[in-house]
Amino acid sequence: MSTPPAITDGHDDGHDEPVDDNLPARDDLFANPGLPEHHWRPTDVDPKAEKRAERQVATLFGLSAICTILLIVSYFAFSIGEDPDTFAGLGSSNLFIGLSLAGALLFIGIGVIQWARKLMADQEIVEYRHPAASSDEDRKATLEALSLGLEESGVGRRPLVRNSLLGAVGLLGLPAIVMLRDLGPTPSQVGPGKKYDYPGAGIEHTIWAPGMRVVRDVVGTPIKPSDLQIGDLVNAEPEGIFNGGEDGEPLEGVVLQINKSKGAVVLVRMQPEEIIPGKGRENWSIDGITCYSKICTHVGCPISLYERTTHHLLCPCHQSTFDLADSARVVFGPAARPLPQLPLMLDDEGYLVAQRDFDEPVGPSFWERG
Amino acid sequence: MRLLNRSAGRLSRHRRGPVAGLVVLLLGLLMAGGLYAAFAPAQADSSASSEEQVAQGRDLFLVSCAFCHGQNGEGVPTQDGNQLGPSLVGVGAAAVDFQVGTGRMPMVQPGAQAPEKPPVFTDDEIAALGAYVASLGPGPAVPDESDYSTEGMTDEERQAAIVRGGQIFLTNCTACHNFEGSGGAMPRGGYAPKIRGVEPRYIYEALLTGPQNMPNFGNGNLSPDEKRDVIAYLGSLDEMPSYGGFGLGGLGPVPEGLAAWIGGIGILVGAAVWIAAHTTRSSKKKVEA
Repeated sequence: MSTPPAITDGHDDGHDEPVDDNLPARDDLFANPGLPEHHWRPTDVDPKAEKRAERQVATLFGLSAICTILLIVSYFAFSIGEDPDTFAGLGSSNLFIGLSLAGALLFIGIGVIQWARKLMADQEIVEYRHPAASSDEDRKATLEALSLGLEESGVGRRPLVRNSLLGAVGLLGLPAIVMLRDLGPTPSQVGPGKKYDYPGAGIEHTIWAPGMRVVRDVVGTPIKPSDLQIGDLVNAEPEGIFNGGEDGEPLEGVVLQINKSKGAVVLVRMQPEEIIPGKGRENWSIDGITCYSKICTHVGCPISLYERTTHHLLCPCHQSTFDLADSARVVFGPAARPLPQLPLMLDDEGYLVAQRDFDEPVGPSFWERG
Repeated sequence: MRLLNRSAGRLSRHRRGPVAGLVVLLLGLLMAGGLYAAFAPAQADSSASSEEQVAQGRDLFLVSCAFCHGQNGEGVPTQDGNQLGPSLVGVGAAAVDFQVGTGRMPMVQPGAQAPEKPPVFTDDEIAALGAYVASLGPGPAVPDESDYSTEGMTDEERQAAIVRGGQIFLTNCTACHNFEGSGGAMPRGGYAPKIRGVEPRYIYEALLTGPQNMPNFGNGNLSPDEKRDVIAYLGSLDEMPSYGGFGLGGLGPVPEGLAAWIGGIGILVGAAVWIAAHTTRSSKKKVEA
């Protein structure tokens, strides 16, 4: 082990510096006491301790290796999937792969720290602060090179070249915007009689149609008013997603997802006298049963946090709150429009059906909506 | 006819025997009782005790519930038109069994939330209160265990019930009660309680009666079978190992972020400080080689 270099103050001789009136006067009355004496670590002065530290570091690296082997073993040893092995209520495979990987990394880390702190060279050095800016000569030389380059390239003298270059580079940004078209059909391409047409297509329409039954989500059973008590909440869907495909098949795939996400409604029943009917909406509810779009008008989260005593429907995403007794008026939160209301009536068999599609687009506002 | 006469005569010989009076008395009582049971209205034999139960329930009600719910369970409105306690006419015994059985009622004080606490009434007293409230108006009765139990189902049927219950749960319940049933916050200081580890009867009753701000899921809304499936799904959640590691209460990204930032990064910072602050130094000088 070599002796550390002698400790110097590494400082330019301060007496040459120009005296600045703004700086406090240098205090030369006190001698610079220098740095305190360097104390060595036990491993520097005791060969036994050094040997011991060496063994410690090697042991830690060895433990890491053992953990890595355990990791590979646990990867193959524990079953996953349908009937996974468990350990203390946790999945064995995840648990032991995670623990052994953590051990493998941790022991390398501890070993490296131990090595650096006990065995690597132990020197104290002092570095003084210097101005962060480059020297005046460097700055001057750089500026000269820059202006020479500008002069020789003729950017200032040849505006035709400069402007055509700017134009070409600017135009190169356009393809990126044009290619955004490939993200999907534009709203003007989707809808009845347009390029992309399927049940419920278009942002202005949903699958709801005159006489379509309101059915329970998941099970798809139709609903009679007598099924519902005051305070009931039904998460409902248009019957069309259960029988709107070809030959009355259920919808499938993307079309199903689109229609579930646009057609979902909540059906609530309250005391008929509690409802304040909107203008022109006097016959939209039946015996206190009203139906609203489940899609929040703020950014389109599905909402069904309903409080039966206040008739408030709360959106969990940004706390928009709608009063379902008052045409789903926004009483709190960032939503700008009330939830669209689905006009209800009864069909011949006494089931709840839609009078027609929503009068306004469901979900968040968009530019063309005005 | 002769046969009948003969047996009647044989019987008649015993008419003055020492136990004859007792036997006749017993026979008479049995006949009267049997005839009454056969012809009386169906619940007649239980009506005496249920009347007693209603009376006992009314006594308990007047002491513990009437302050907010009114002397006849008609509800007490406040000055601004809200309800101090809502009317209990037609809420049925199921509502009482849920509210009192889980300790939510009687409330310590009016407020946004009726928290669960150890019940203050015994089972008999709860039944009496339920009988009294049920007598105020027709309402849902306390469900029977056969309504929500999956006993007697084959494994496949139970699995199908759990799958369907899960879909119904995710559609109707997760909005407020969280995707694992861990509960969640509601407006104005209320919250939807955790519904894991709750007795199936109370889940069934809560669906049936819609306690506090919760909407009803009456039998016309979710059929009894669908309610049973939801309960089976909730039960299956308890049996599932938390495969990905500690669930942290199933509350979503907030506790996970807290664990990562405070637990994980906190330990790293602490370890770094500890490493930098600790060094052993020796007072020995190095021996120059």
